[in-house]
Amino acid sequence: MAMEAAQIAALIKESLPDAEVTIEDLRGDGDHYAALVVSPAFRGKSRVQQHQMVYGALRGKMGGELHALALQTSAPEDAPTF
Amino acid sequence: MSGNPVYDRIQQDLNENPVVLYMKGTPMFPQCGFSAAVVQILSDLGVKFKGIDVLVDPSLRDGIKQFTNWPTIPQLYVKGEFVGGCDIVREMAANGELAGLLKEKGLLS
Repeated sequence: MAMEAAQIAALIKESLPDAEVTIEDLRGDGDHYAALVVSPAFRGKSRVQQHQMVYGALRGKMGGELHALALQTSAPEDAPTF
Repeated sequence: MSGNPVYDRIQQDLNENPVVLYMKGTPMFPQCGFSAAVVQILSDLGVKFKGIDVLVDPSLRDGIKQFTNWPTIPQLYVKGEFVGGCDIVREMAANGELAGLLKEKGLLS
């Protein structure tokens, strides 16, 4: 079972409505994605806590349906600029 | 003791080993790219660590995820504290934070 990028983004935004979510499909197999999630909700949180918030938003799909999600999180002021 | 035998075993491993990596496979033969990546990072830093293969014990494989409230493997611990999975360890290695943490804990000369 795989997941669509849009599905992942929607799930994250449901729990983190003010997040900016950028998803990249690394292999085109619906199983290996990279995600950058930028949200004010991460302010003051450790990286582990930030990632746990995203995993929580994915409601148990992480590690199950979604095998690999290379995750990068930050508050807006620390967000990488491309 | 927590009354959960798997948690007790995890806690014992963490108490007895300063650096523990819960992984798929062994440091010599990692069975997953993410586990192999963290093994490589630790080897490059030259830090001694205990690799624990969760594939040989399904109760540990699930137990460690609940213990940490972290859904994936690998998981790196330093002095009993959860540091992160592959993404976070990679990020910390890249910006020098991991070496700093290990030095601060007296685990890296």
